[in-house]
Amino acid sequence: MVTIYDGKPGLSRRELLKRGGIGALLVISGSAVISPEHAWGLETSALKPETMATLIQMARDIYPHDQVPDKYYAIAVKGHDEQAGKDAAHKAMIEDGIADLDKKSGEGGYRALGWEDQRVAVLKQIETTPFFQAIRGGLVVGLYNQKEVWPIFGYEGESYSKGGYIARGFNDIEWL
Amino acid sequence: MAASFDLKNDGVVVIIGSGAGGGTLGNELAQKGIDVVILEAGARHEYEDFVNDEWDSFTQLAWKDKRTTSGDWRVAKDFPNLPAWIVKSVGGSTTHWAGASLRFQEHEFKTLSTYGKLKGANLLDWPITLAEMEPYYAKAEAKMGVTGTNDWPRLPGNNNFKVLKAGADKLGYKECHTGNMAINSVQRDDRNSCQQTGFCFQGCKWGAKWSTLYTEIPKGEATGHLEVRPNAMVIKINHDASGKVTGVVYADKDGKLQEQKARIVAVAGNSIESPRLLLNSESAKFPHGLANSSGQVGKNYMRHTTGSVYAIFEKPVHMYRGTTMAGIIRDEARHDPSRGFVGGYEFETLSLGLPFMAAFLDPGGWGRSFTTALDHYDHMAGLWIVGEDMPRAENRITLHADMKDEHGMPIADVHFDDHPNDTAMRNHAYKQASALYAAVGATRTFPTPPYPSTHNLGTNRMSEKAADGVVNKHGQAHDIKNLFVSDGSQFTTGAAENPTLTIVSLAIRQADYIAAQMSAKTI
Repeated sequence: MVTIYDGKPGLSRRELLKRGGIGALLVISGSAVISPEHAWGLETSALKPETMATLIQMARDIYPHDQVPDKYYAIAVKGHDEQAGKDAAHKAMIEDGIADLDKKSGEGGYRALGWEDQRVAVLKQIETTPFFQAIRGGLVVGLYNQKEVWPIFGYEGESYSKGGYIARGFNDIEWL
Repeated sequence: MAASFDLKNDGVVVIIGSGAGGGTLGNELAQKGIDVVILEAGARHEYEDFVNDEWDSFTQLAWKDKRTTSGDWRVAKDFPNLPAWIVKSVGGSTTHWAGASLRFQEHEFKTLSTYGKLKGANLLDWPITLAEMEPYYAKAEAKMGVTGTNDWPRLPGNNNFKVLKAGADKLGYKECHTGNMAINSVQRDDRNSCQQTGFCFQGCKWGAKWSTLYTEIPKGEATGHLEVRPNAMVIKINHDASGKVTGVVYADKDGKLQEQKARIVAVAGNSIESPRLLLNSESAKFPHGLANSSGQVGKNYMRHTTGSVYAIFEKPVHMYRGTTMAGIIRDEARHDPSRGFVGGYEFETLSLGLPFMAAFLDPGGWGRSFTTALDHYDHMAGLWIVGEDMPRAENRITLHADMKDEHGMPIADVHFDDHPNDTAMRNHAYKQASALYAAVGATRTFPTPPYPSTHNLGTNRMSEKAADGVVNKHGQAHDIKNLFVSDGSQFTTGAAENPTLTIVSLAIRQADYIAAQMSAKTI
């Protein structure tokens, strides 16, 4: 069972920094991936938490939106943990895919590469693999179909209950 | 009160499909007192059930049954099992369509005569002319409440239209307006007017956009001569020793096979399912499928030469607000071979919500080139290209050799290769649209590849001679006089215009013909 939870991750910031290392965006604690800066965590049940942390970074590198917090990338990939719990082949694909990514990234693995360009160069090597395509394909819906991210892009979603846009700016353009 | 007919009643007209063709034909016949059973593969969702959410609506309405694809079109690579974005629900794709209702141009009924023979294109003149169609176009426009006809005002232009219009003016285009739309601009026909909600593709929750679901079908049912049977997937049409069709076999809501007897059968399942059904109805007498002595069933699959251009501006546009297809430029719809291709195309505004923009802007694309486009989603304007594509014998629907659906019916394979004329037209349109948006200050434009097909046409083509096509000028099979085709698959060629108005006009015309033939007892 995967849970995303807001609020305090249950560890002191000092302890987190001790465990995760200074400067790490995401911290591994037990079976959880934790974002100390933003006070959310993701608990994994089938995949290794390190794998989940790498998946989250990989998701951001595939569809980088600097204004979108990590939390939404975590939500977008958490389905792979659920699927891995039900399907050994899926679990193997993800774990092996991440292991391969880490291997190709050299010492310290994928998450140790400091620049997005460096990580993208590694992703380019695997972009035709079923692993990469499963992650990328899942993100198209998993990331962009989260109603919570729509306002970040200026998309307003459902409008019928508000009476459409007939009185809410369907023709309000002024700069033409 | 909706009728209910016995399975053994062999006096009914059975119509397969409830969309623009089938739904209209059903009502027209019912109004004349003819008993009709419409078998619809999908469920019945009324308009209050529609959802303003792209993926949820897709799940509710789309035809998602597996199909395969082949050919050089990009859809085969990006959406190998989703060649078409059409609907499986009562009302068919009239729940999903944008509402553009344009008459064909005169020369588009005579493409072989006008364009001449074109290598790799199976051009043919329609057996009907614009003059013959005009009275039926007028009836269809009146029925559907088409704006800009019958003194109905055009819709007000939204932000996306205003950008298009500003660009059209800069480029010198003359014919740019908010279109001829089957969307109520005023309350009429006991339906609301458009509230600029912006989810036309997801089914209009106001009922302002014409759909057979809440116009033709309830009107037909009110006569007591029409029964619509949802969740009825037809898999075979039966015939007798003389070759006349006698009924259809369908899987009911529980998957149980039933046979509905019929005096006449009209096929209106859209251009993938209709030929699939005819091909699957092969028999000892008709070894290549029903109505297929010409060998043309399934061939000449057309999907319009399409593509989109989205553009980003310095300041916000909010293109998703208001009608999805909010305006049109018609100047390029003319036939003018000096542009390097025959036939023409329309520009029509289009908008996708963020979830579908992510799926369709550049399928398979990733990285910053892709994401920086979406970062400016609210600064985007967009349009759709819809142009005449060339019919080709090898662009066709076939039955899959091995794969079958849950009822044991072979699934459809959709093969499509662009004709060089299609490619030349699309490239011309990309260039013009990019120039149009640049003229209004676009900082970046995106020539976006065609989506899964919404306009599926031509796979049971109409022809003067039986050797050249599947049906005659009334949509009646050349081979079997009590078998009709009533959807866009009967189109001989595709024209540049959105097909629905022509499908509806042909259905009205076909109803007159069927009624006359029934009275004369020739069928």
